[in-house]
Amino acid sequence: MQRPLSDLAWIPTFALLVAFAVPWPLWGVDRVVAGLPVWIWWHVGWLGLCAVLFSRFARSGAWERGMGLRPEADDDRRDGAVAGGGDRP
Amino acid sequence: MTLGLSLGVIVGYLLLALAVGLVAYRVSETTAEDYYLASRSFGTVVLLFTTFATLLSAFTFFGGPNLAFAAGPEWLIVMGTLDGVLFAVLWYVIGYKQWLIGNRNGYVTLGEMLGDRFGSVGLRALVAGVSLLWLFPYVMLQQMGAGEALVGLTDGAVPYWGGAALITLFMILYVVLAGMRGVAWTDTIQGLFMLSVVWLAAAWVVSAVGGVGAATGAMLDARPDFGSFGGGTYSVGFIVSTAITIAFGVTMFPQINQRFFVAKSGETLKRSFALWPVLVLLLFLPAFMLGAWAAGMPVDVPEGANVLPVVLNEYTPAWFAALVIAGAMAAMMSSSDSMLLSGSSYFTRDLYRPVINADASDRREAWIARVGVAAFALLAFAASLFRPGTLIEVGSTAFSGFALLALPVLCALYWDRTTRTGMIAGVLVPQVAYLAVVLSAVVGSVPTLPRTVLGGWDVALGLMVLSGVLTVAVSLLTAPTAESDASRFAVAGD
Repeated sequence: MQRPLSDLAWIPTFALLVAFAVPWPLWGVDRVVAGLPVWIWWHVGWLGLCAVLFSRFARSGAWERGMGLRPEADDDRRDGAVAGGGDRP
Repeated sequence: MTLGLSLGVIVGYLLLALAVGLVAYRVSETTAEDYYLASRSFGTVVLLFTTFATLLSAFTFFGGPNLAFAAGPEWLIVMGTLDGVLFAVLWYVIGYKQWLIGNRNGYVTLGEMLGDRFGSVGLRALVAGVSLLWLFPYVMLQQMGAGEALVGLTDGAVPYWGGAALITLFMILYVVLAGMRGVAWTDTIQGLFMLSVVWLAAAWVVSAVGGVGAATGAMLDARPDFGSFGGGTYSVGFIVSTAITIAFGVTMFPQINQRFFVAKSGETLKRSFALWPVLVLLLFLPAFMLGAWAAGMPVDVPEGANVLPVVLNEYTPAWFAALVIAGAMAAMMSSSDSMLLSGSSYFTRDLYRPVINADASDRREAWIARVGVAAFALLAFAASLFRPGTLIEVGSTAFSGFALLALPVLCALYWDRTTRTGMIAGVLVPQVAYLAVVLSAVVGSVPTLPRTVLGGWDVALGLMVLSGVLTVAVSLLTAPTAESDASRFAVAGD
């Protein structure tokens, strides 16, 4: 099935999200901000960003398209309903 | 008096957790699918927490704070990255795909799925055997963690073996009596309980030492190196290889991997996926920062004790400290139960029935499973008495062992050209090599092979690459066998 080009953007997005969950640019930085080392705040903020983008990925339909399924079919899919192939005419 | 109170709280809590499991067992059917998968009926909250609680182990509660205490708070970054982000991505790439395939073909275990796809009982048994092998140190880790926790909480009044024996007893009782539904219910309750209680503990301790700023200040006075990111234990190699091996390893853990088959709907998996990074952070932040802050506190951590119980004992009332430790132990118990339960399904479905006795009755199979669990837990208990490393070391070894399965499985899931021989080579060769590395450290008569090279890079990461290369190369060199059927892994009709 056809996958929109924008779906492919998720691949580098995920790679970036994983790579920079570690605050590499702050390597060796020892500033304390609001009671915690600043690189801990980077990490906290980054995981928040991940949650937002993950939920966008899941809701955009890219979640199903990534596996070759059609997003619409998921709404009323339960238990074994996927056995038909997840696709309907 | 305090000792009696602490032990009373702990044993009472463990008994309560057992009671919840028994109630869940009463409402469950007794088919194998229900015993292992609770009839694939988990909703978002239960799935999320049962997966979450399974990660809640001695590795998180005790090993993590211990490492943060000794080497600095960077452990939060390592665990947050691997668990909150990388594992979440794999949750989709491996987990959702497995859910789709499992739902179509009714698989219960990873070995079953692969064995069916490649038409190979040998591969099925190999995957199950490898999984059981690495499950052993991880169960042992829980027993070590419990032993060290009670030493810390009671200041040595309860010996190490006592705590380890206590959790072993409850593990066996629980798993023999309940099953996946029981485990899932207590996982949810315990996940919520631990999440609240860890924050409460952090708030209590932090207010006692004068606030977050003061805690961090004291930590930096005692250990100035804790403030800057990286350095010491935390080399680039350590961070990258630990994050990758553990995250991939987690997906191949029997109890986690089996969770990929239990979701009620794709919707459930989606919601869990998006909530995951936040949930993980909520637990790790207070737990690991407590460990790091303890470096600046006037506490004396006895040799072989965990830092968290010592800190709680110092700054919170005895009953509260005991409650946190009880909660952690109960969570560890239910993690162990998930592991043992999944392990027993790997054993009976993928090893015993296909290889040893295909005609065994269901009664006999259930009996074998329970005896197997008890024997496994007791052996792990015996091994835990030797304490072959720190909690993090033992845990990382197990994670790395599982991680070596991940790339061959990914090949099988996404590349139709993967062959049976490719899979067996990709699984077997790195496993043998890694086992040699691990055992060389335990067996005295052979030279110890290095676990890390070039400043903290884990050899397991290299072996992971090897597992992927071997699977692809050998698959290209061999033809698919007549019994293998790539269409078993197709998820879409068109």
